[in-house]
Amino acid sequence: MSPILSVRNLSRNFGAIKAVDDVSFDLAKGELLALIGPNGAGKSTCFNMLMGQLKPSSGTVQLMGKNIAGMQPRKIWRMGVGRTFQITATYASMTVVENVQMALMSHHKRLYSLTKFAHKLYRDEALALLDTVGMADQAERHCAVLAYGDLKRLELAVALANDPILLLMDEPTAGMAPRERIALMQLTADILDQRGISVLFTEHDMDVVFAHSHRIMVLNRGQLIADGTVDEIRNNPQVQEVYLGGGTLFKAQENAHA
Amino acid sequence: MLEVNGVNSFYGKAQVLNDLNFDVASGTVVALLGRNGAGKTTTMKSIMQLVRPRKGKIIYQGQDITGWPSHKVARNGLGYVPEERRIFTQLTVLENLEVGRQPPRDGCTTWTEDMVFDLFPNLAERRHNRGKALSGGEQQMLTIARTLMGNPAFILLDEPSEGIAPVIVEQMARVILQLKDEGLTVLLSEQNLHFAQAVADAVVIIEHGTQKFAGSLASLQSQPEIRDQYLSV
Amino acid sequence: MGLFIAQILTGLANAGALFMVASGLSLIFGVTRVVNFAHGSFYMLGAYVGYSLMQVLPGMVGFWGAILLAGLIVGVIGVIVEICVLRPVYSAPELFQLVATFGVILVIQDLALMIWGPTDLLGPRAPGLKGVIRIMGEPVPQYDIALIIITPFVAFALWYLITKTRVGTLVRAATQDREMVGALGVNQAWLFTGVFFLGCALAGLGGALQLPKGGADLLMDFSIIGSVFVVVVIGGMGSLPGAYLAAVIISVLNVFGVTYAPQSTLVLMFVVMVIVLMFRPFGLLGKEEIAGEHGQTGEPERPIKPAGNRVRMLVTAGLVLLALLPFYSGNFAVVLVTDIMIFCLFAASLHFMLGQGGLVSFGHAAFFGGGAYAAALFVTYADTPMELALVLAPICAGLAAVVIGWVCLRSTGVYFAMLTLAFGQLLWSLAFQWGDVTGGDDGLVNIWPSDWASDNDVYYYLAFVFCIGGILLLRQAAHAPFGYAMRAARDSARQAEAMGINTKRIQWVAFTFAGIMAGLAGGLFVFSKGSIFPNELETARSFDALIVVFLGGVKTLAGGWVGGAFFEGVKDYLTRFEYWRLALGLLIIFVVILGPEGIVGSLRKAGERIGLLKTPEDAK
Repeated sequence: MSPILSVRNLSRNFGAIKAVDDVSFDLAKGELLALIGPNGAGKSTCFNMLMGQLKPSSGTVQLMGKNIAGMQPRKIWRMGVGRTFQITATYASMTVVENVQMALMSHHKRLYSLTKFAHKLYRDEALALLDTVGMADQAERHCAVLAYGDLKRLELAVALANDPILLLMDEPTAGMAPRERIALMQLTADILDQRGISVLFTEHDMDVVFAHSHRIMVLNRGQLIADGTVDEIRNNPQVQEVYLGGGTLFKAQENAHA
Repeated sequence: MLEVNGVNSFYGKAQVLNDLNFDVASGTVVALLGRNGAGKTTTMKSIMQLVRPRKGKIIYQGQDITGWPSHKVARNGLGYVPEERRIFTQLTVLENLEVGRQPPRDGCTTWTEDMVFDLFPNLAERRHNRGKALSGGEQQMLTIARTLMGNPAFILLDEPSEGIAPVIVEQMARVILQLKDEGLTVLLSEQNLHFAQAVADAVVIIEHGTQKFAGSLASLQSQPEIRDQYLSV
Repeated sequence: MGLFIAQILTGLANAGALFMVASGLSLIFGVTRVVNFAHGSFYMLGAYVGYSLMQVLPGMVGFWGAILLAGLIVGVIGVIVEICVLRPVYSAPELFQLVATFGVILVIQDLALMIWGPTDLLGPRAPGLKGVIRIMGEPVPQYDIALIIITPFVAFALWYLITKTRVGTLVRAATQDREMVGALGVNQAWLFTGVFFLGCALAGLGGALQLPKGGADLLMDFSIIGSVFVVVVIGGMGSLPGAYLAAVIISVLNVFGVTYAPQSTLVLMFVVMVIVLMFRPFGLLGKEEIAGEHGQTGEPERPIKPAGNRVRMLVTAGLVLLALLPFYSGNFAVVLVTDIMIFCLFAASLHFMLGQGGLVSFGHAAFFGGGAYAAALFVTYADTPMELALVLAPICAGLAAVVIGWVCLRSTGVYFAMLTLAFGQLLWSLAFQWGDVTGGDDGLVNIWPSDWASDNDVYYYLAFVFCIGGILLLRQAAHAPFGYAMRAARDSARQAEAMGINTKRIQWVAFTFAGIMAGLAGGLFVFSKGSIFPNELETARSFDALIVVFLGGVKTLAGGWVGGAFFEGVKDYLTRFEYWRLALGLLIIFVVILGPEGIVGSLRKAGERIGLLKTPEDAK
């Protein structure tokens, strides 16, 4: 089966620095792929190129066979790519359900309408999406007063509004408590199963990465240094050295308390 | 050294903290645990008077500091390292340290740039770089270094392990233990129980702004039901 | 050749005062995020105070001493203003403070009038520097040479202070994140006050230094503020070398303009600015403005809901009362309320793009005055009937908004605001200097309504239909998907772009829509008055609208027209007194300090407190 996303020789320079250096990978339908690596390894740069925030210096990004490298974010979204942000981005002056309705209004190209009341448009669809992420009971709350974990779930509902084929999630569980992290990724994995979406995500919490990803890629100094299954990555000595660390400090403590 | 007495804090009409009561003994590391939105950051800000508690008192070294302006709190030896790494991105590493510099304080280590660079060797190489050129881990180090330049006796660390690579997290843990050896008292907020276990002497657990547990690390270990209920590892 | 060099030297000398005022403004903005509209007033005070001191202090030492003292005294006045007026409102929503500074302008204007009287004062010449020297045969005043030498020293001292000293480091740190600076043990209240002192002292120094060249008069405040904003924008916000460079460019350009194109001196400056910003959106030496990272204060804006039945009935009752006005009150009230309604539509149009779209315009009068002038020009030169002119006014204003919006929206935040101000000034200078067509200062007169509408009562109903209709249309737009898209672009442009919303285009359409509505108000205005003068295009007019929007409450839907009605009503009453500016200024400052959420916002708060209204969280 042909891949959903196919990245070839993707590079980006900032002056003399190669932030992303010749990265290539494929993402299959229904796959949950993690991108990890130390701070400054080029994860964000790589992600921003996939989402259209940055133009690549060279290389191609193909979505279902069409090159999207260098396209504007809003065009990429219209081609069926949803995204969530590392630091949540929601509309603080709207209610929860209105945030989702906004995405639906955009999806149905009703942005320039002056005659309809916006809060009545696509309300049922929006509530159904909120229900998927378990937020239906908070639909009428003011977005600015939500807890952080709820904002993350709201963002996920928003990202699903245009029926995406691919979800890009930048540190989806950053700033959440351990139990919430696992729950959110479980939710993501469930949605992926139901809808046949593919997901590419970056993450620092190794519990989340090891528990849910189908495959892991490791980026260091702009280059892909490893690409494999959870076990392969966990036991890769190079990855341990540059990223995972010995884990000695924590292991010793845990053994002591066990 | 620090007493939090019946503190209630609000954002607008929403009550965020509800009757917090705990002490931090001199020379110890205390971890404030709880999930996101539990009120950890608000607790930190209430101690610094960046958020004014509506009820209750913050007593620091026997002095009631409630209602003081933040800069006065800081000048009394309380150093604050905020969550989202609020370094000055337009300033160089050295200039960032300069902003944090305060006159020497009795009974506290007087930090110099060189001492700070010994603690964080990565920063030494980048002393003339602007803050925005640093990686996330380096920025986290710089926030701590900047606060140390104020020669604090007590340091508040808001989520030091958040969003940084596991190798750097280990380095952070070593730094905190080193600071403790220097005689500093530390209150840190954490979601990562492993990290807290590695560095803390005592633990305070809050949920929905209410205190659920306060005691030594050992006593928390002996009450696994509390651990499971509020922390979920 | 000689003339050419002499003119460059004159330009360089003129750049001195401009640079000092501009660098002070930029410094204050950088640290406190307050756009100090009153900065021109401090410049004016510097000139007046310097003048008085020179009358007392004799000789060369006295002259230079007077200049330095004037700077210090104005700095201290600035400190008083900062402590009394701005400190209480730092925690108010962003940009609210500029309303307070506008109040300060009015107060200072009347105080200067009381103390120094209405006549222009001729500045004394500098002792020892009264002569000219000849450069290639052309006379250059010695005082100009002195200014050319002094200015770089001031600039260097300032640059050294900011980049090389601890205080400067703290100032730069506070520019980015003032709360954090406080948490690190720096007393930010005094840092703010210090910066305000320095900024105002620079303005005062500039005012006193230009005395031998220009003297002192009561129009100095507004006449310089436009150029100062241009300099700050061209140079780049927060860049001292940039401010110097831009001050020199503008001043030299002005001198040449006076010689070679006297009809377009004012226009020239804005054309240069637009060209610079097309290629460098953040000015010649400026950096990208990262707005509001930790500057956002005050309560988050609330979700909006269409009015409930109770409010609708209340509004309907009010409208019926308004509609019956000619039946129960005299001619005077009818004319006054006509004016108020027109102004309310103007204010509501600005409130629409500011409140929903977050687009702070300092030059909205361009569309109000633009619409008015368009109608007047059609009537004067093409004998257009009123009915058609009232259609053409909003169309012309809308076309202007399309063009101006396209240029301005390439920038964001404070650059956007300054650009709109510049375009407002550009249109004003066109109307003012292109006398053959626009009548210049004499304006265009005899623009009367068609016969059927010439009765005041009939015209009242005409204005009623268009103004109330316009305000209701703006309100409907806020509730429609378009209004939501505007808020989405404002709340999080990042998320909006990532969900397929072309944020720039949304803002462009919103800007144009607001321009059309302001143009309609302008058209109604000109037929109500029968004439139009350049002052309807002035920056002061734009500020009026801005003040009104903030006084009414930015974060409320009704803020625009409520503020408009309040302001216009109060102004009508106060202008009967001699020192009405003083009273109005104090009133504005008073409202700002007591009700930082504006009239509607504060009333809503009060209603919630006594239980008359529900809070959003109760309502769930």
